[in-house]
Amino acid sequence: MIGSFPKLLSATVITLKLLSLSLFFGLFIGLLFAILRMNKNPIVNKFAYGYSYVFRGTPLLVQIFIIYFGLGQIEYLRSTFLWVILKEPYWCAIIAFALNTGAYTSEILRSAFQTIKPGLIEAGKSLGIPKKVIFYKIQIPIAIKQSLPAYGNEIILMLKGTSLASTVTLMDLTGVAKYIISTTFKPIEVFIVAGGIYLFMTFCVHNLIKFLEKKYGFQT
Amino acid sequence: MELLAFGKTGWGDELFYATLMTLAVSITAMLIGFFFALIFTPLKLSKNKSLNLIGNFYTTVIRGVPELLVIYLFFFGGSGAIMFVASMFGYYEYIEINAFITGSFAIGIISGAYSTEVFRGAIQSIDKGQFEASKVLGIKKHIQFYKIILPQMLRLAIPNLSNVWQITLKDTSLISVTGLVEIMRQSYIAAGSTRDPLFFYSFAAVLYLLLTYLSMKLINKLEVKYSRGF
Repeated sequence: MIGSFPKLLSATVITLKLLSLSLFFGLFIGLLFAILRMNKNPIVNKFAYGYSYVFRGTPLLVQIFIIYFGLGQIEYLRSTFLWVILKEPYWCAIIAFALNTGAYTSEILRSAFQTIKPGLIEAGKSLGIPKKVIFYKIQIPIAIKQSLPAYGNEIILMLKGTSLASTVTLMDLTGVAKYIISTTFKPIEVFIVAGGIYLFMTFCVHNLIKFLEKKYGFQT
Repeated sequence: MELLAFGKTGWGDELFYATLMTLAVSITAMLIGFFFALIFTPLKLSKNKSLNLIGNFYTTVIRGVPELLVIYLFFFGGSGAIMFVASMFGYYEYIEINAFITGSFAIGIISGAYSTEVFRGAIQSIDKGQFEASKVLGIKKHIQFYKIILPQMLRLAIPNLSNVWQITLKDTSLISVTGLVEIMRQSYIAAGSTRDPLFFYSFAAVLYLLLTYLSMKLINKLEVKYSRGF
């Protein structure tokens, strides 16, 4: 049990890398699609809705498999520079995670934007503040505050989602845990250690979000 | 399209049965989850601190640990645990548990943690006056639960339970690592033998979308039924 700890701890680094990179890209994708969702053009709107519907309605495992196993099948892709990225399981996993969390984030941000009282935007307009400034200085801070609790949940879901990277040969925390279980046949001990590391990470995320909620807890 | 033909030439019938398997595992897991929720919701709502701790421990650990890790625990540890129990009763033969049972049990425990949270939230949001009024009227405790609390609770719980159902349905794809032939595993097999992973995994995605879409339609009907009068 003690012997497996260093191995699992070093695998945690990969899990954290996967998590932070996919959250980083996912946030941009989410913001982009949230803005597209609020567009008045029905085609743009439907496209953004379809994106989030498909990615939220299918398991993450399918998405990873399509990107990792499926895209390699297209001959054309193999000849482009994209292949440098797509042949690496690491980047495939990050692309899948980012697209997945992007879909959820877009929903969270959209509902946050929609709950902003129209009076606040109208007040800004009547004060003659430019539209861009209203967006960056009024809408975004309020949306961040509104979406923090839901986004915290999403971070925890994504943290658990990174475990799926082990299915495409990446040795993240779950991958190493599985390897140790299948070589030592001590499932319970390994589960306690690996599960403990995951729980510690969720605990940290939970408290970080609580702290941020307090910090941004201004009245709207 | 001929890849999806029924019979020996295509994968249509295999994928159809795999879809049924996914549904069967999801429903079994959901029911097992309800069973766990039935045990742990009262614990979480209990005023006794140690009982409370047990309830919180269950939901926190299960919701904080990846589903895949829980599945590996059951897959590798399940038969060992059963054999250990059997050895206490003097049975020493090797016991192998069916992948369906381990899988639905693992997913069931996960879905139970989410259901527990849903039920706890629903019960807590029922007005205290309802409990007090039924007490004053001298209604017995179990009748109070079935006739007064449960119908109100279901109305509040159904929208969140439909989320739990979606999560459970998607989690069943993870059981494919244990070799149970559901949608994901069948697509994996088909993709391997036809060397057409893009098509089969996309088709699996379509199947999952179809399942989530249809179940949402059904749940919406239930929601309407339970929220009449509101």
